[in-house]
Amino acid sequence: MAEQNEQHLLELRGVHKRFGAVNALNGVDFHVDVGHVMALVGDNGAGKSTLIKCVAGIHTIDDGEVLWAGEPVSIHGPKDAARLGIEVVYQDLALADNLDVVQNMYLGRELLSTLRRLDEARMEKRSREVLKELSVTTIQSVRQTVASLSGGQRQSVAVAKAVLWNSKLVILDEPTAALGVAQTQQVLDLVRRLAEQGLAVVLVSHNMNDVFEVADHITVLRLGQNVAEFTTKDTNQREVVEAITAGQLHSVPGMQEEALA
Amino acid sequence: MTKVFRRLAEGDLGVVRVILVIALIWIYFQANNSHFLTAVNLTNLTLQTAGLGMISVGVVLVLLLGEIDLSVGAVSGLAGAVVAVLNVKHGWAAAPAILAGIAVGAAIGGAQGAIFAKIGVPSFVVTLAGLLAWQGMLLVVLGKTGTVNITDPGIVDLANKFFSHAIGWIVAVGVVAAYAASNLSRRRRRQAANLPVPSLVAVAVRIGLVAAVTFAAILVFNADRGLPLAVVILLGFVIVFDAITLRTVWGRHIFAVGGNAEAARRAGIKVDRIRIGVFALASALAGCGGILLASRLLAVNQSSGGSDTLLLAIAGPVIAGTSLFGGRGSIWSAVLGAVVIGSITNGIDLLSYPSSTRLLVTGAVLLAAVIIDALTSKRRRAVGR
Repeated sequence: MAEQNEQHLLELRGVHKRFGAVNALNGVDFHVDVGHVMALVGDNGAGKSTLIKCVAGIHTIDDGEVLWAGEPVSIHGPKDAARLGIEVVYQDLALADNLDVVQNMYLGRELLSTLRRLDEARMEKRSREVLKELSVTTIQSVRQTVASLSGGQRQSVAVAKAVLWNSKLVILDEPTAALGVAQTQQVLDLVRRLAEQGLAVVLVSHNMNDVFEVADHITVLRLGQNVAEFTTKDTNQREVVEAITAGQLHSVPGMQEEALA
Repeated sequence: MTKVFRRLAEGDLGVVRVILVIALIWIYFQANNSHFLTAVNLTNLTLQTAGLGMISVGVVLVLLLGEIDLSVGAVSGLAGAVVAVLNVKHGWAAAPAILAGIAVGAAIGGAQGAIFAKIGVPSFVVTLAGLLAWQGMLLVVLGKTGTVNITDPGIVDLANKFFSHAIGWIVAVGVVAAYAASNLSRRRRRQAANLPVPSLVAVAVRIGLVAAVTFAAILVFNADRGLPLAVVILLGFVIVFDAITLRTVWGRHIFAVGGNAEAARRAGIKVDRIRIGVFALASALAGCGGILLASRLLAVNQSSGGSDTLLLAIAGPVIAGTSLFGGRGSIWSAVLGAVVIGSITNGIDLLSYPSSTRLLVTGAVLLAAVIIDALTSKRRRAVGR
C-alpha cells in the first residue's frame, strides 16, 4: 500500500509497559498516519487505555521505541505530548460545567491582552473559527455554559478544544459511548472531518458500527499485544470480532518467555 | 416580558432578583416607619453593612471554589484585636498595626488552606477547628482587660470619616466615567474582532442605570454627613476583586476549580496553589472586615467577630445568589447580601421588634434564597438537556 512508503506520524515499536507483575503492554507495534483515522479496538483489559496513556505521557513506557514523524522521541509527561501536538479527549471530557464554551476551550492556556487581562475577544473569535472549521453548527452561542449543552455538543467542544492547539494527533477515548443515535452521528461526522483536515486520529471504541463507519484502519489489541491490523475496506466485522476474542498471541501471558529478546 | 420572567426564573438575572428583594424590604419598612428611608438612616445602614460586606467578599471567593470557611468571623475578631492591641498597648502607628492585622489574617488563611489542599482535610473541618482556636487566641491577645478602646484617628476614621459634598460628586463622576469607559472599550474590542456586540442603546441604558444609582447614593449621603470612607473602602475592594475574578487568569481558574477540579488539574492548573491562595485572601479580607467593625465599634472586646458574624457573612452572598456548591456567583453578591441583611436588621431595630424577629426573618430570607437557588439550577439543567 502507498502509505507504507511514507513516514508514519506516530509509530510505536515493541512497546512494553508493566504494572508490577502485570504486562499491560507486551511488545506492541502501532502506527497512525496523517489524514487517517486509526481505530484501536479490543476487549476490556486488552491494553487500549494503557497504550493511549503512554502516548499521552501519563505513563512512561518501560521498553520499546516511539517515533514521531520518523524521529525517535521520549514522552515523559503530558507536556511532552502536548509539545509534539498530541491531544487526548478522555471519556469524561474534562469540561467545567459552570464555564462557557470559550472559557472551556482556553482553560489553562488563556490568551492575555495588556495589563495581564484576559483577552476575551481574541479567544471568542478563535473559538468560533475552530468550531466553524469543524462544521459544529449545533451550538447556538459560544457564550452559553457547558451545563446547557447536550452530550454530543459537549463532545464537540472537547474535540474543538483539542484541535485549537494546532494539534497533529487527536486521540478520542470512547467518544460515542454515552450518546444517542443522532448525537453519535454528529460526533462521527466530526471525527471524519478531523482526518479530512489533515490530522491523524486515533479512535478508541467498543462499537464496531462506529469503527467501520469512520476508521481507515483498525488495530486490534488482545491481552497487551497487537494481534491484527486491518484496512477497513478489506475486512468485515466478523473478522475483527474474531481477532478481538481469539486473535493469535505471540507470547502467552504467564509464561516467562521474552517475545522480543 | 415572558422572556424576562423566564430569565429571572433561570437565574440569569440574579442581581435584578436581589435588588427586587431589597426594594420590597425597603417598601415594607418605609410603610411601617417613615424614618427608614431618610438620609441619616440610609447612611447608617451602609455603615452597618460595610464590615460584614468586607468579610463576605472573602467568603464569596471561598464559595466560588466550592469550599467553606467557618473561621472568617473568628479571624475578623482576632485581626481587629491584633490591630487594637498593637496600636493602643504597644504604641504602634495606625498603618503598620492595620497591616499587621491583615497579615495575621493572611497567615491564618494560608495555613488553613495548606492543611485543606495538601493534607486533604475537608475545609469544613479545618476552618471549624480554626473557628474555635482563633476565638481562644482573641482572648489571649486581649489579655486580662477583655476590652480595648480605640482612639487613634488613623483607625477610628475608617468607619467614622465622611467626605465633603464636592469630593463625593468627584468620586461619583469618576466611578461612572470608568464604568462607561470599560463598557465602551470592551464593545470596541469585540467590534474590532468582528464579534456580535450589544447595541449602543443597551450599553447606554446600563451606564445610565449605574449612573442613576451612583448619583442617587451621593445625593442621599450628602443630605446627611457626606460620602463615608467605609463605603469607599468597601466598594473599592469589591470593584477590584470583581475585576480579578472576571478579568484575570487567576480568577478564571478559581471558577474552573470550583466547577470541576479534575478538569482544572488536567488543564494544567495548579489546583492546590489556587486553593491556598484563595483561603489566604479570604482570611485577609476577613481581617479587613474585622478592622472596619472594630473602627465602627471604637473598641475590640471578647465577643468581637463572635455570635452571628460568621453566619451572616456566609448567608449574605448566598442570599444574593452565590452558590454553595462552587463555580457560580459574583463578588457583588457580598455587598448586595450584606445590604439585605443590614436592611432587615436596621428596619427591625427601627420598629423596635425583638431580636428574635430579626433572626427569624433573616433565617426565612436565607431559606427562600437557597430554595430559589436549588430550583433555578434544577430548571437550568432541565433546559440544558
